[in-house]
Amino acid sequence: MARTPGQAARRDPDWEGVRLHVVSGKGGTGKTTLAAALALALAADGGRVLLIEVEGRQGIAELFGIAALPYEERRIASVTRAQLGLPAEPGDGADSGRTGGGRTGGGRTGGAAGEVFALAIDTEQALLEYLEMFYKLGRAGKALQKMGFIDFATTIAPGVRDVLLTGKACEAARRKGPDGRLRYDAIVMDAPPTGRLTRFLNVNAEVAGLARIGPIHTQAQAVMGVLKSPETAVHLVTLLEEMPVQETVDGFAELREVKLPVGGVLVNMVRPPVLDAAAVAAVHGDHREEVAVALGEAGLGGRSRSPETVRAAVEPLLDPLLAQAREHSERVELERAQRADLQRLRLPTYELPLLGEGVDLGGLYRLAGELKRQGAA
Amino acid sequence: MTGSGTKANGGGNGMRGTGKRLAVDALIDDPKTRIIVCCGSGGVGKTTTAAAIGLRAAERGRKAVVLTIDPARRLAQSMGLTELDNTPRVVKGVTGEGELQAMMLDMKRTFDEVVLAHSEPERARMIMENPFYQSLSAGFAGTQEYMAMEKLGQLRSADEWDLIVVDTPPSRSALDFLDAPNRLGSFLDGRVIRLLAAPAKVGGRSALKFLNAGMGLFTGGLGKIFGAQLLTDVQTFITAMDSMFGGFRERADRTYRLLKAPGTAFLVVAVPERDALREAAYFVDRLAADRMPLAGLVLNRVHDTGAPQLTAERSLAAAETLEENGSEHSSPAAELLAAGLLRLHAERMQIMGRERRTRDRFVSVYPDVPIVEVAALPGDVHDLDGLRDIGDRLGGSAPS
Repeated sequence: MARTPGQAARRDPDWEGVRLHVVSGKGGTGKTTLAAALALALAADGGRVLLIEVEGRQGIAELFGIAALPYEERRIASVTRAQLGLPAEPGDGADSGRTGGGRTGGGRTGGAAGEVFALAIDTEQALLEYLEMFYKLGRAGKALQKMGFIDFATTIAPGVRDVLLTGKACEAARRKGPDGRLRYDAIVMDAPPTGRLTRFLNVNAEVAGLARIGPIHTQAQAVMGVLKSPETAVHLVTLLEEMPVQETVDGFAELREVKLPVGGVLVNMVRPPVLDAAAVAAVHGDHREEVAVALGEAGLGGRSRSPETVRAAVEPLLDPLLAQAREHSERVELERAQRADLQRLRLPTYELPLLGEGVDLGGLYRLAGELKRQGAA
Repeated sequence: MTGSGTKANGGGNGMRGTGKRLAVDALIDDPKTRIIVCCGSGGVGKTTTAAAIGLRAAERGRKAVVLTIDPARRLAQSMGLTELDNTPRVVKGVTGEGELQAMMLDMKRTFDEVVLAHSEPERARMIMENPFYQSLSAGFAGTQEYMAMEKLGQLRSADEWDLIVVDTPPSRSALDFLDAPNRLGSFLDGRVIRLLAAPAKVGGRSALKFLNAGMGLFTGGLGKIFGAQLLTDVQTFITAMDSMFGGFRERADRTYRLLKAPGTAFLVVAVPERDALREAAYFVDRLAADRMPLAGLVLNRVHDTGAPQLTAERSLAAAETLEENGSEHSSPAAELLAAGLLRLHAERMQIMGRERRTRDRFVSVYPDVPIVEVAALPGDVHDLDGLRDIGDRLGGSAPS
């Protein structure tokens, strides 16, 4: 996609030129949340971003607290830099690029809100739409549906289903509006988990063995063209835990093997270390007494002034608190090892904090702000 | 992780106040319990739970086998599952009278076994070489679920074990695994595939014109979309598989019945988080609707504390007092440590409060579902000691 230098200046620093962001990760790592946060971050400078869901879970609707999404592109959120807690302009110099704005047909002028649209793809609908496009089936399409044909067609070849899903994302990435400009500045796809990701994205290989000719084959070729281009980046979400990290490392290796463009590592639910191992070790030694004294002086002994009473109140707390500190430092050590494994990937890495009260809409904007501040968008 | 640093911290706090406790030991000690199915959404520790239950059952005298679907590498190694040969292997290091075997599901191989069991070698070879079969056996959404159930059926009819513990595939939705076997069964046995098979049976595509218009449209549509080659592959496949049709459906039905039979118990596995418990709730509803025997809920990664008397608020206030006013009689290093301990405790209490609220919401809707909580461990489990530790927590005799 040709881009003027002015446009380039306000694109994201790390994923310059990427229009299709595929977000995957091990189940339970929060990939839907981070896909949504990335979409918000990408839209924050006034762009228009489409967030796509492919697994029919209605996770996006859940996240944004809206009714289940139909199979159509729907505006679900607006976002400004201010909402993400960012200064009004993206740094000095970038400002000059903004005045040219309007590539998405409005909303590109300084400080204007960006928009996030969402689409929950329904496989059956997508196949019918596809058939309609190529064969003008009309009512015959309904008949096929009734016969269980659609179910059959997507069942016999999971690759076919994937072609339809990825094809929709690629189509949206290249779609132009009536004004000849691209409809969306970026597409973010909440993809299947890492375990099924390569199979999902590598549609060409999947359908090659089945549909060697015909429109599905042609479609697969076109989709692969987009997916393997520098316009696409596949990001993986992980936690600082052993299995997700292992899956992330393996996932990137698989992506590289099939030559799909590797994106960044999104480390989710990071907790700041409160105490490190050295501090905890120190508590076991000479400091135990002193810590007990400090806890007493912090007011844990209640109102009593008598050292014995204070001590009696503090003593039962001491061991549990120390045990918690040991667990904490053990976790910090494990996280350090996981972080080192991730660093060996030598990929842009973003750390997102654990949100204490779970992810609500406010939390989502906060995560988006983090992603933007760290250069992911 | 072994016992160190994974102290159960007493545990006499409010988390256990409501709901019935799931008696895991009673369940696994009961000789009438023959199958335990561990289900739940991805990432909640299903595999670890299944392995821990298998080990505990074996060490309490059962002859148990654990069928895992996709275990973490080190967990698999800890059970001696270094090669994927689709048959149970004895797990070394198990103490006591019982025995533990474990296996990892190989879905393609299981599918091959089904084909081999039902057809002549020559025909089996034809089927297995068919590209359509290859796609189906490796990639059909639901093949893994079907094959897990197929394997369960095989293990059960081999009757070599008195307890089978099954892990379920990391499905998109926990319910998939109940539905998928049936879906594959009806797919292979269904109307559409029979329609497709018909022209091949009556001697090639010329027969098409004798069939109804819908059929012509149907195969025509298929041919257009996938190319004629695929259609031919499918038809060859169906012809070759002819003797097996009905078999698939029947097998799916049989395993489904097995799941409902006395002696089967479902454990829904979750963590005290909103999404996981919502999936668990779906599962509980579904099991009830299908009259499948739910034993209870295993709630993994629950946080606990040995100092429940110290609230998050007081703990934080004390930390702030220390940080602002310092302490007269201790060193700055000790002050900093004490403040850190207090902040950690506040964090822990907040997590516990959140978990309790999430859990209580579940309990208020499902007051009759027995629950067992397993304390959060700082790291992953990858040896038998770690599994034993989890087993102790499940059985309720965790060190305190």
